[in-house]
Amino acid sequence: MATKPVVPPASALRWLGVITAPIALALGFLWAGGWLTPHRLTQTSLLDALRAVDGVHPGFRRNHAKGVCVTGWFEGNGNAAALSAASILRQGQRVPVVGRFALAGGMPFQADAPAKIRSMALSLMSPNGQEWRMGLNDIPVFPVRTPQEFHDLQWASRPDPATGKSDPMRLKAFRAGHPWLQEAAGRITHRSVSGGFADDTYRSLDSFLLVKENGEKTAVRWAMEPVQTAIAAGGNTDDHDYHFRDLIDDIHARPLQWRLLVTVAGGHDVIDDPSQVWAEDDRQIDAGTLTLTAVESEEGGPCTGITFDPLVLPPGVAPSGDPILQARSAAYMRSFSLRSGEKSPVPAITPSLTAAPGDAEGKKS
Amino acid sequence: MSRAKSFSLPSRVLHWLMAAMILIMLFIGVFMASTVGPNYDRLVALHRPLGIAILALALLRLANRLRSPPPPLPEELPPTMKIGAKASHLLLYALMIAMPLVGWGMMSAGGYPILLWGRSMLLPPILPHDPTLWAWLRSVHTVLAFLLFGLVLAHIGAAMFHGFIRRDGVLQSMIFTQKSAKG
Repeated sequence: MATKPVVPPASALRWLGVITAPIALALGFLWAGGWLTPHRLTQTSLLDALRAVDGVHPGFRRNHAKGVCVTGWFEGNGNAAALSAASILRQGQRVPVVGRFALAGGMPFQADAPAKIRSMALSLMSPNGQEWRMGLNDIPVFPVRTPQEFHDLQWASRPDPATGKSDPMRLKAFRAGHPWLQEAAGRITHRSVSGGFADDTYRSLDSFLLVKENGEKTAVRWAMEPVQTAIAAGGNTDDHDYHFRDLIDDIHARPLQWRLLVTVAGGHDVIDDPSQVWAEDDRQIDAGTLTLTAVESEEGGPCTGITFDPLVLPPGVAPSGDPILQARSAAYMRSFSLRSGEKSPVPAITPSLTAAPGDAEGKKS
Repeated sequence: MSRAKSFSLPSRVLHWLMAAMILIMLFIGVFMASTVGPNYDRLVALHRPLGIAILALALLRLANRLRSPPPPLPEELPPTMKIGAKASHLLLYALMIAMPLVGWGMMSAGGYPILLWGRSMLLPPILPHDPTLWAWLRSVHTVLAFLLFGLVLAHIGAAMFHGFIRRDGVLQSMIFTQKSAKG
């Protein structure tokens, strides 16, 4: 029998049969990754919008970049255990907590100011390896309803290169195009502002579902409400880092405590839209107490290697249909992988700032 | 002309099952790594157990391959093509095993709890919590995914080349039970 050539002659149709499947799959793959639809909102375009507002700061979180680590514990009181199988909510169980206080925004060296949005992020670690992470903010509602609106609002508030300030016309255009967000904007602008981190209330904003052992679900939001009233001398607002200095002084003076208040959705509350407030007469459950006893700089601190992804949830807690939650989880992952691959930066709140007053290390610098 | 003998039935079942799983996995992966949309969490939750299942099946398949070796390639296939076939299969096996391990390792290094099924079953970390390692493995996972996808495309193209152009029974050997014409 004659030896067959390596590539025997074949019709064009046969060659089409060879290339069709690989080409179709390659196109599908490119589509799935967003490369064929440059206007689709992706993790990258969301972070690009934040960068357009805040600039490039390698090694820092892409949002809430200026912050400090805290540690302590959470102790459930059992009041919410009837609604959720989460072991963390059971009575009398103390679980370790790693947390972080921060200012909203991607500028790691921005100056503290009274009206800037403050946040508390927490990871509650239950002994069985399950975690409950949360990113809470001190505003009453989220300014937008969808990831696309978040992107567009960032983009509208990006600074004009000529003035270095955001263009009021662009913001006006965004507001005019999104009249349904007007109420949320008003609530955020006219919220009551607390003295500092220690006496502030931090809210989940997004809704979640508490899930019982039998699968029954209850839509909730939650907040950390301060036990203490303002403690620190009331900081010197000329100081660039006065909020953080006050917090550090407060924690060194005594443990700081917050109560976990779970709000159960009423019949008229909109579950999946974080820009809408819930009714004032909703049932509230005091579910346990957070106690923070130590503060550390992000340089070497225990919160630096954690992303406070709000979808890291224990059994007994599940995401609601709120679309912002999904975008937060995805964008936090992206931000975490980007910053962790960059050189570790020196944060604004250094170890010498967070050291205890009597500590020799604290006196040095 | 010799016609290749077929793969054993268990080999063929494993091949097609994993072919579907790996393709689904690659598409879920590339989509969820870019999306901020409403299915993000669900896809991530599906990606993890599917990856672990692929790891388990790949190991099973490796054992099966050692027990019942694949039929020999047609004798008249040029040596360069034989080497290409052997090398690409070696690389496919390596990636089927490496991809899930890199994924598992990167979640460990990122300090994420590694939920396997729903929110109730946890996998233990296989690497220390180390953000630099997490960032590195996260990139490695992407690069290996592209490499695996490229290899899968080449594999499909080569199979079709055997089926449509050379018509040497290699494609059929993974589809039907056929006896070697040479006996």
